[in-house]
Amino acid sequence: MNTTSWSINQQKGVWQNSITARGIWAWLLAILLTGFYTVLYFFPEGWFYGLTQLFDPLSLLMRGLPADKWFVYGALYTFSVLLMGGKFLFKYRNNRYQTLRTISVMFFQTGFSFLIPAFMQLMNQPEYYFTYFWPLKDYYGTPGALQYYGHATSLSVYFIGFSALMTFVGTPVLTYFLGKRWYCSWVCGCGGLAETAGDPFRHLSDKSLSAWKLERWMIHSVLVAVVLMTGLLWINSWQQGALLGKFSQSYASIYGYVIGMAFSGVIGVGFYPLLGSRVWCRFGCPQAAILGIFQKKQSKFRITVNGGQCISCGNCSTYCEMGIDVRAYAQRGQDVVRASCVGCGICATVCPRGVLRLEGAASDISVRANQERTVHVRWEDVKRL
Amino acid sequence: MRIIILGNGISGVTCARFLRKHSNHDITLISDECDEFFSRTALMYVYMGQMRPRDVRPYESWFWEKNRINRIKTRIESIDFQQKLLVDEQGNFMPYDKLVLALGSIPNKFGWPGQDLDGVQGLYHWQDLESMEHYSRGLERAVIVGGGLIGVEMAEMFHSRGIPVTLLVREKAYSDTVLPKEEAEMVGRHLRSHGIDLRLETELQAIEPDASGKKCAAVLTHYGERIPCGFVGLTAGVRPNIDFLINSRLETGRGVLVDPNLKTNIPDVLAIGDCAELRQPAPGRKPIEALWYTGRMMGETAAYNLLASPGSEKVYDPGIWFNSAKFFDIEYQIYGSVPAQLPDHLDSIYWEHSEGKQSLRLVFDKQHRKIIGFNLLGIRYRQEVCEQWIRTQASIEEVLANLGLANFDPEFSDQYERELLSIYQEKTGLKIHLKQKRGLPGVLRFLQKRTTDSTVHTNPNQL
Repeated sequence: MNTTSWSINQQKGVWQNSITARGIWAWLLAILLTGFYTVLYFFPEGWFYGLTQLFDPLSLLMRGLPADKWFVYGALYTFSVLLMGGKFLFKYRNNRYQTLRTISVMFFQTGFSFLIPAFMQLMNQPEYYFTYFWPLKDYYGTPGALQYYGHATSLSVYFIGFSALMTFVGTPVLTYFLGKRWYCSWVCGCGGLAETAGDPFRHLSDKSLSAWKLERWMIHSVLVAVVLMTGLLWINSWQQGALLGKFSQSYASIYGYVIGMAFSGVIGVGFYPLLGSRVWCRFGCPQAAILGIFQKKQSKFRITVNGGQCISCGNCSTYCEMGIDVRAYAQRGQDVVRASCVGCGICATVCPRGVLRLEGAASDISVRANQERTVHVRWEDVKRL
Repeated sequence: MRIIILGNGISGVTCARFLRKHSNHDITLISDECDEFFSRTALMYVYMGQMRPRDVRPYESWFWEKNRINRIKTRIESIDFQQKLLVDEQGNFMPYDKLVLALGSIPNKFGWPGQDLDGVQGLYHWQDLESMEHYSRGLERAVIVGGGLIGVEMAEMFHSRGIPVTLLVREKAYSDTVLPKEEAEMVGRHLRSHGIDLRLETELQAIEPDASGKKCAAVLTHYGERIPCGFVGLTAGVRPNIDFLINSRLETGRGVLVDPNLKTNIPDVLAIGDCAELRQPAPGRKPIEALWYTGRMMGETAAYNLLASPGSEKVYDPGIWFNSAKFFDIEYQIYGSVPAQLPDHLDSIYWEHSEGKQSLRLVFDKQHRKIIGFNLLGIRYRQEVCEQWIRTQASIEEVLANLGLANFDPEFSDQYERELLSIYQEKTGLKIHLKQKRGLPGVLRFLQKRTTDSTVHTNPNQL
């Protein structure tokens, strides 16, 4: 692979194109996508009857079962990641970080979220996703899942064991060394779709301070909600339903509808052409919330700023899919240490002056993340009037 | 105390920001260009549809109210330095206690016939962007005069809309007064590979009007060639925007003359940024440096000096020279001194990628073997590390052995330090082993070690 001139300007005309600039085509696409998700989640199988039948041969081949709407969805999802991933790979073909990361999300989506679960069904094992853990896959943390995977087959107990290991050990350790990106922009399926199909819309994220405030409220509220829900389910299971009765079950099903379907699906993907590609990841995903807390408090990962070279042009902020005002840091020479950063590296790619670099080192993080490092005069020496 | 800053570019805004950080004075920014500060360096990206106007504003609108920085959009026609009054276009008087002139630049015009026709302009102000947009409609060819950075930016802008561009450059190679020969040629090749009609050693003779006599229709080169065009970009440098102050009590040369504390000859009046001309520039530096980076440093220094008690003012110190640019797809960085023509006492080692879009050049002193400067195309180097080496006069061998520390390219991208080492070996017969790889942990050890050595002179520009 050739990595010369990896900084080719790839964003020309983005704001002059109807589909990427919230024009009529963007609205039509948004209506189409939200419509698709609404039907998928909230209307019965029958709506997808014809489409499902179309996927029967593939489904029978892969898992020995006729297709259902979730199989159809998985197939379309994977197809989108591969197709748009191919487009992304061509667009950023001169940048090795971008290509490796994209090959990785394409691989994990195709292998671990599509082929392997299907193959497991073919082998009479329960369907299981190795790349989703509690709390994003909230089910894997519930007594119901333990009960089910604990007894389904002789192998399936290891699945749920792996899931628990990733939640409690894998996540903090990997995030300490690599930052949140090991998951969000290299492995995760939601991230995979955002990075490939969502890439043309990344600039639509809101960069304002008020959006950042809203983000912190929302994402941590969802985290609290999922922790509460899991806790309730465990208390309920322990008390045999004596304490809370049906409350925890209905709480869980409301969470599933509101967060799992309406937020992550309908809004999260359906609004790509209007709100950008990472709405769910930024405002809703409880996994991202936990990874973000680790990244902010205990991680080597940061984006460093190359001295005083920033020209405040704003390309980094504009193309940050997470809505981070990267420029606000860069122009002060301050390292970017933000809970929401998924480490996609696009800020460093679009920077026309080579100011940003994704790095890992812990020794001076407290100093380098200080405000206003591009200090020309030492203000400690000030003798004021 | 009422402090008025005339001009809301990077110099003026930086000054206002630091004044507010450290004081409670009444701060007012006056501009006739626009209401809100924007990044001048990003004008091209707005034209190319890469960012919206609001995306090139580094601060949200609430920033100014929150920080109590008043903004007034008006044109100042004259200054009464005696009465400490500004007079604007409507005849309003505005009193000040302290005044900072951050007036910026205007494009150079060298008296070419037709230079004031419609469709003939530079690219500096927001209004220039608007008129470029206006003249782009149906434009069949643009001619750009001048081999500087703005010329290339303009060429890239038109190129992004498929408008053919002819670039007239006086020199033998593109920008060869700034870049060494190999780099200048690389940039020239790169421009041509994008279809830019680059005419070297070609000067503008005149600009011809169309039938109406008002708008440009063609340029005439000094070879007598006539190139029809609906737009002429004048990008042969800029000069201080101080015409309205000439013949006032303010001492001016090409710019507003300032002492090392950025003070003018008039008490309580400072000048910063593009419009300031240093009476005694630092060794090796020019009296006027119309750069984003120096503007920002001056803004900060001026803020300090406005607040400092008499006698404790800071000397403006631009630190070790650095600059950056981008020529289409090729990024450019320079640290320290890299003369276009190497004088006899300097030598350099140069490596260029076989594809001709990346290069590295290290300049050093022949006799003492000390590193002097770094010149990079298509490769990113770390400013802090390069500055540290230059400041501490590291030997070329030490720099080469640790060159990985300077590498700031993205993860997984190819590294070319070894190539440079083998070129050095060919040249001198000395074999050097690369001791340091790319990456922040090593850099931090290097920088921390150096800063604990108390012998090292601390530079005010140290980051």
